[in-house]
Amino acid sequence: MTQMQLADRVRNLAQQPWGLWWMQAQRLTRIELRRNLFSWKATWIYCLAFIPTVIILIHMLFDRHPSFAMSDDTNILAGIVQLYYIRLGVFFGCLGIFSRLIRGEMIERSLHFYLLSPVRREVLLLAKFAAGSISAVFLFGSAIAASFMLMYAGFGAAGGDYIFNGPGMGQLEAYLLIVVLACLGYGAVFLLLSMIFRNPTPAALLMLGWETINPVLPSLLQKMSVASYLRHLMPVPVGAEGIFALLTVETEPVSGWAATAGLLALIAIVLTYSCYRIRTLEIRYSAE
Amino acid sequence: MNDRIIFEDVSKFYGEVLGVNRISLSIPPGITTLVGPNGSGKTTIMNLMTGLVQPSNGHISVLGLSPADQTELFSILGYCTQFDFFPRGLTGWQFVLDGLMLHGMEKDLAVDLAAQAIERVQLGDAAGRKIAGYSKGMRQKIRLAQAIAHHPRVLVLDEPLNGLDPMARAESIALFQELGRQGMHVLISSHILDEVDRISDRVILITGGYLIAEGNIHQVRQEVHEKPMQVLIRCDHPEVLAAKMFAINHCVEARLHADGKGVFLRTAGIDQFYSVLNGIVADGLVKIDAVAPADDDANAIYQYLIGTDGSPS
Repeated sequence: MTQMQLADRVRNLAQQPWGLWWMQAQRLTRIELRRNLFSWKATWIYCLAFIPTVIILIHMLFDRHPSFAMSDDTNILAGIVQLYYIRLGVFFGCLGIFSRLIRGEMIERSLHFYLLSPVRREVLLLAKFAAGSISAVFLFGSAIAASFMLMYAGFGAAGGDYIFNGPGMGQLEAYLLIVVLACLGYGAVFLLLSMIFRNPTPAALLMLGWETINPVLPSLLQKMSVASYLRHLMPVPVGAEGIFALLTVETEPVSGWAATAGLLALIAIVLTYSCYRIRTLEIRYSAE
Repeated sequence: MNDRIIFEDVSKFYGEVLGVNRISLSIPPGITTLVGPNGSGKTTIMNLMTGLVQPSNGHISVLGLSPADQTELFSILGYCTQFDFFPRGLTGWQFVLDGLMLHGMEKDLAVDLAAQAIERVQLGDAAGRKIAGYSKGMRQKIRLAQAIAHHPRVLVLDEPLNGLDPMARAESIALFQELGRQGMHVLISSHILDEVDRISDRVILITGGYLIAEGNIHQVRQEVHEKPMQVLIRCDHPEVLAAKMFAINHCVEARLHADGKGVFLRTAGIDQFYSVLNGIVADGLVKIDAVAPADDDANAIYQYLIGTDGSPS
């Protein structure tokens, strides 16, 4: 590409109506958030997110909390995040939220409403993705934050000291970063799967299997997995015992920055392909 | 900007199933009605125009814009689809307002336009209710309100009279006529041929995915040469008129009206027919009360060109 061609492309990009697209994306996101978070159909995702929180609340109210048990509870919390939230809760929650964004609208025969609005399809897709991500991060992020606080609340002053003067706050930040990346990663993949398959659930179950066996795969294949990046960000390693050993195999160490950048690159690739798919998407409800 | 909707040799196949085949059209402003049996390709043409489906071959432009230019196209086009489904949980007001907000306009302007559109389809009282509780006619009206709310230059209406009661139907037709008079492109698909006659400036007849005829109803009728035109003449001596007219060789059928005060005449040469009729009147042989084409309407054209079974005759 010559310098002149490059300059033309840059000028062309600068002339696009970015302000309008931004405004449309914000409004679409608001419409989608209203539907994602304030609908009876979202009840099961609230349950999925907050079941561990309720259990931890009961544990806090009715169990004794000797200070020597704090490290056990820290390990339990790490296990809940890695084995429940990342493997199951966020996975199936994102499957529900993100596969509804396009495929759900096709099943309900209401997608044409958006495709007949003066909004570029790429803007529509990215706004729906943003709304799905905000919904998922809000639900699972607040559930993990609440679980974390309740887990240490039972220890009284020692718990507060662990959070605010010890490693607690750093761990909470790491868990929230993991949830954000998990929601974005699984969300992008499920959004794409829902555009390729009429029923994305079998493909999602295959993906769950792939994520499960991923630690024993060669290094190159491990990079094609959301969970493999997240594993490197865990602030507290989860012990590998029994059946869980398969889920927590130690792989070659990767820095937090590299894992985050790798996952963001994976998300960008999946979203770029999704944008290409939505350009050619046709409304044929009779085929649904 | 071009002021026509243009289809150039457009085909659409759904897998191996034909949607439309090699359609070429140039649609000027005014009311144009797509007429054809179920599955003939009417909705496919509308969906192609609006980019909901992509053509397998050919090229489409709407006032110079490609259906792929969504931002520009849907600023000037409103499409009232026949899909009777809505985003979940919305009220009629939210449905229209959300659509307007996506145009990027200020909220105050969007609120004003939404109120005007809802008032125009006379749904003001029900606007605050959930669409899920609407009757079929109300859902049809709210879709129409959403399609016209941003004052488009092109309005595409797929079976817009379905589900409407006679009063609402008359109001909708009056609205379409008003929009057509304002110079808008109004493209309507309809099964109700009597209403097609009343509202259309042009018709497009389509069946099995093939374009059968297009143009002004009267022009299309005159081009159907193999079906002689039928004229009803009300007069005092219909039998005399029938005998005189039947003597000329392009008059192929004469049939007395049931009340004995008129005659149906079928002719293969309508211009010559009127010339001979003028001569008979000038000779004072019969006194004519009224002359009216009896099969110069959308219904007759439909029957002649498409038939009752939907296949071209």
